[in-house]
Amino acid sequence: MGKSVEMTAGDTPPGDPTASLRRAVHQREGEPFADGAQPAVVDPTNSPGEDQPALVLEHATKSFGAVRALVDGDITLHWGETHGLVGENGAGKSTLVKVLAGVHQPESGRLVVNGREVTLDGPAASRAVGIAVIHQEASVFPDLSVAENVFIGREPLRRGRRIDFKTMNEQIAVIVERLGVRLDPRRIARGLSVADQQIMEITKAVSLNASIIVMDEPTASLSAHEVNRLFEMIETLRREGKAVLFISHRLQEVFDLCQRVTVMRDGRHVFTRPLAGLVADDLVQAMVGREVVDRAGAGGQRIGDVVLAVEHLSREGVFTDVSFTVHAGEIVVLAGLVGAGRSEVARAIFGIDHRDAGRVSVNGRPLRSGSPTDAIAAGIGFVPEDRRQQGLVMAMAIDRNIALASYDHLKRSGLIWGALERRFATDWAGRLLLKYGRLSGNASTLSGGNQQKLVLAKWLGRHPSLLIVDEPTRGIDVATKAEVHRLLEALAAEEAVAVLMISSELPEVLRMGDRTLVMREGRLVAEFSHSEVSEEHIVAAATGQTAAAGDLVTTDAMGHDTP
Amino acid sequence: MNPEPTADTGVLAEQAPSSGAEPPAPSPTSGVGEPQPGGTVLAYLSRFRVLARWEVALLATVVAVFVVGRVVSPEFLTSYNFFDMGISNGELAIMALPMTLIVATGEIDLSVSSTLGLASSLLGLLWMHGWPMPAIIVVVLACGAVLGAFNGVLVTRVGLPSIAVTIGTMLLYAGIGEILLGSNIVSNFPATYTNIGVYGVPGIGLSYSTVIFFGLAIIFGAVLHFTPFGRSIFAMGANQEAAIFSGVRVKRTKTILYIVSGIVCSGAGILYTFKLSTAEYDNGTGLVLSVVAIVLLGGVSIFGGKGSMVGVVFAVLIYAGLLDALLLTGFPQQASGIVIGGLLLLSVLVPSVPEFRSRLRAGRHRLQRQAPEAAIVHSGSVAQPRLTGDSSSKAGQGGQPI
Amino acid sequence: MTNLDGALAQPTESPQRLVDLVFRLREYGIIAVLVVFIAVTTGLQPRFLGQQNIKFILLNATIFALLALGETMVVVSRQMDLSVGSVLGLSAYVSSNLFGQVHGIPIPVVFLAGIGIGVACGVVNGAIIALARVPGLVVTLATLYIIRGIDISIVGGGEVVASSLPAHFLAIGSDSVVGIPYVTMCVAVVIAAGAYFLRSFRSGRELYAIGSNPDAARLVGIPIGRRVFSAYVASGAIAGLAGVLWATYYGTVDSTAGTGYELTVVTAVVVGGVAIFGGSGSVIGAAFGALLLSTIATALYALNVSPFWDPALDGLLLVLAITLDRTLAVRLANAMRKRTFRHEP
Repeated sequence: MGKSVEMTAGDTPPGDPTASLRRAVHQREGEPFADGAQPAVVDPTNSPGEDQPALVLEHATKSFGAVRALVDGDITLHWGETHGLVGENGAGKSTLVKVLAGVHQPESGRLVVNGREVTLDGPAASRAVGIAVIHQEASVFPDLSVAENVFIGREPLRRGRRIDFKTMNEQIAVIVERLGVRLDPRRIARGLSVADQQIMEITKAVSLNASIIVMDEPTASLSAHEVNRLFEMIETLRREGKAVLFISHRLQEVFDLCQRVTVMRDGRHVFTRPLAGLVADDLVQAMVGREVVDRAGAGGQRIGDVVLAVEHLSREGVFTDVSFTVHAGEIVVLAGLVGAGRSEVARAIFGIDHRDAGRVSVNGRPLRSGSPTDAIAAGIGFVPEDRRQQGLVMAMAIDRNIALASYDHLKRSGLIWGALERRFATDWAGRLLLKYGRLSGNASTLSGGNQQKLVLAKWLGRHPSLLIVDEPTRGIDVATKAEVHRLLEALAAEEAVAVLMISSELPEVLRMGDRTLVMREGRLVAEFSHSEVSEEHIVAAATGQTAAAGDLVTTDAMGHDTP
Repeated sequence: MNPEPTADTGVLAEQAPSSGAEPPAPSPTSGVGEPQPGGTVLAYLSRFRVLARWEVALLATVVAVFVVGRVVSPEFLTSYNFFDMGISNGELAIMALPMTLIVATGEIDLSVSSTLGLASSLLGLLWMHGWPMPAIIVVVLACGAVLGAFNGVLVTRVGLPSIAVTIGTMLLYAGIGEILLGSNIVSNFPATYTNIGVYGVPGIGLSYSTVIFFGLAIIFGAVLHFTPFGRSIFAMGANQEAAIFSGVRVKRTKTILYIVSGIVCSGAGILYTFKLSTAEYDNGTGLVLSVVAIVLLGGVSIFGGKGSMVGVVFAVLIYAGLLDALLLTGFPQQASGIVIGGLLLLSVLVPSVPEFRSRLRAGRHRLQRQAPEAAIVHSGSVAQPRLTGDSSSKAGQGGQPI
Repeated sequence: MTNLDGALAQPTESPQRLVDLVFRLREYGIIAVLVVFIAVTTGLQPRFLGQQNIKFILLNATIFALLALGETMVVVSRQMDLSVGSVLGLSAYVSSNLFGQVHGIPIPVVFLAGIGIGVACGVVNGAIIALARVPGLVVTLATLYIIRGIDISIVGGGEVVASSLPAHFLAIGSDSVVGIPYVTMCVAVVIAAGAYFLRSFRSGRELYAIGSNPDAARLVGIPIGRRVFSAYVASGAIAGLAGVLWATYYGTVDSTAGTGYELTVVTAVVVGGVAIFGGSGSVIGAAFGALLLSTIATALYALNVSPFWDPALDGLLLVLAITLDRTLAVRLANAMRKRTFRHEP
């Protein structure tokens, strides 16, 4: 890595000799954090030479176990520029962002910020060089006020080291006005909408003198109006000379907002070009770069009777009047943008959430609202989106995880014998080609792909009539991904299982879906058979646009990134 | 990749399930989680997963305590002394059994000693009013079930944190117990019942409460380790959300556990009253903390998801043996709290040692890495890292805010 | 109780108003409850608000409000200190015993000694919890035992008798002006200072942050270990001070002083609006919680109800308080969900 200096975060040691220095600057914007890391004082308008890029990341690599998340991470940001970063699910965008944020340390590559090579060994170091990352999920202190959230750890002080609330509120008011939005600094952060949390984060970044602002899928949960507001803020920041990195799966937004774009695929940098002169297709080609492999016999094989019937399902505030069916042997894919309500529909069907209206029945048997027990008894298996938190019990052994949903079948006169449990688990782990060290080891020792197989094994052990899978291949390596796809296809074709799949990965949707249903803003807006479905159709339905021939067609990948 | 925050994780504790690749650290596990590698004997035993490192340590401690006790006093290993230990601690031990299951789900029940006290008061009150004893016993147990159900409903239906709820019900039940009996003291119980405080079980020599304890321990242990119900307890303790997503009926299970706790503790109250042959209003106050101490010492994690009945039984033996040995040496009875507190501290500190050491090592490592070029990092206005080759940057001299 | 549904009928600006409104209500509702309770009791027994009773209520509340100050600091950071009763007992004995050990020892020194004992206990608690990163609940449960055990060992069967204490010392615990005890006023000042600290100083706000979102606190660089350590030291010091005050009240101190106080303090704190998992609540609220509990106890006495009703009522109050908090939170979350659903084209 050459000679570079490490930025360290950590408690300021007692008797800190720099304390007096910090006291001297405490009144100014950009107060140091409690951990002593000084926020950026990089001033782009004073930078030597207009061409000096704000940030250069070269040839960064990062692997997590067997998964090579970043193989050749490259990006260059200029001052006064909004730079788009696009790529499919699994392309490595998220990992790259985390490298910039100091959360992950790359195994190789170099990072140069404003002409100086740096090594970031933690988030505070990243803040110290002027990088601010606005995540999708903000880290908020719900019981503190907005102002306190923004200034936590570095509140401006009055005489006697008392917090100067007035200055705090004023500074926020100034920033907020500059950004052209409204946010009351005195209100409590609890209950802030996602859009307002974002504004808070941006305010924080500005008050920290961040000069490089990274936005990771910021528009995912915003309404159109809020998106416009966000764009105006970003424009303001750009005009002030900051560098903005804008990551999104919505290509139209990238075209609207950014000057240059970088495309990533499979952990690699593909190209970086100015957006003028590009069309969406160019981006999509670069992002996908491979033929969509059609599924053998898709759409044609025996489709049986209706297994799942959903009628007028509603949950106030989340989705409205959703009706559809899934037949035995059929794979129905639920597509749409994040926030459209797909996972919520699935949860309501399975009974995790209550429904406010509508009916759900499995094989003719109506299900009670809000009862997973009922759903499971009726033959539904549910592989949730968040496998680490919802799909399996990480601190529990592998065999226990696999057996967890099947104990009523495994017990003999009320008791569980360990041998039976182990045999069951070995059997299903074998069928799914699950790679593990020891069955008695914790589920946390498995790789992401194998964890997903474990969740599947758990449900398949019950021989469900309906299997609901939410983002089944997110965050797993390519080989396991293929295995999971083949498994789902085999389930449908050979075991006549009805499969309801939620996916944000277009190639997966196109390949797997016998029928594709598209949701937007809580409603089911389109249905396509296997032969009629296309990326354009899905995206048009998902974003509410109609694709006219010859127009700039927005074919975005709708991917969102792996952790 | 971050450990997920849970409310009961505690601010500073990082024992929550770790991320991805690292193997789990050794911990007082059993029932779930990895059995420890070791010699072939341990490996063989660890297949049963009931015995793991912590339980072995406890067993060793039990042996040590009994050896020391024998050294301290020749009377220690006599059958009369065992009877005596059972008399002193039997009810406490019995209460630890349902508590083990409750703590394994990640909850707690601090109202147990108040339930015992209320049961005792109710027993005395009804006896005072001439009720037949069999009927009284049934009513008292039923009352215990109601008390437990109240806890269960508040925790599962209303969704309140069990620590707060059971502090409230601890006060409430103790208060009701006091109101019921007032300042009366009832002591005229027939000898057939109060004999359990004087004679042991014929043929065995141990007190009735001891025998009941061991019998219940086998039942509770079987339920915890060999039934779906028990498996679901560990699952919901380790990750309640995932358990719900797997169809585990969390609310039902927890409510059942609280009801069982109520019944068992009222039963313990009946035993306690007969043993003392007295019912008065403050029977049993203060026992709850000892019960919690024993359960935690037994290796049940306060966060839930881990633990074993065997460990708790060993902890009971350690507790009883230690107190008894101290008594025989003339150590003041009330000051035995030091011992209990010490045991409790050890039971939480020892498992955290490996993590503490690795944190120390990480901290030292970090300091070493930055040593030659250190100090600049935390400075105030001279913020920027030292230049590497490029000395032209002006940034970092406390420039204007943008 | 405001009509939440009526409040919901307003345009979309109101979600945040709703949140603020609810929290304000909870914080100051305790005062309303107190007023109502006093009114009802006085209605039933007009002599309730006599000078003697008021003095008693205030004196009793003073100790618990003081303890509640320290406990609040710990609880808002998502911890708990169960050792306060034992610390109080130890401090009460050791400090008042000094009069018998050292002739003519000045009263301030005795106070310092008591506080010092509290600080020592707090340091032990805080060090273990911060360094070993084990839950404070369990550690202070253990130290509750250990400290009480030490107290019993020191005291043995003996006690400090009121007649052996200087009159000035005992006067502290009973002197009053205009019916309000001096100690109450002093402690009120201490509590106000504590409230100010928690409100207006960084380390105070950081305690709240730690309780509100521990992971975010770590990410932002808040020195969690140091803050939690300080909170326990403060709680210990305060309990030590309370111990000396206790001795001025009762004069006779044996090994049972302070037994069970931790439960009452936690009840007062929760009833007073401090969230059991931290992040919100105020010292003033907790003080009013202590005042409410003290008023209840005295009211029972004035109404000639058996004192056995006291713990039952306290327990009921605690259960009601947390049920109320929870219900409000759930309804609020539901209201937010329904209001923030996007309807625009």
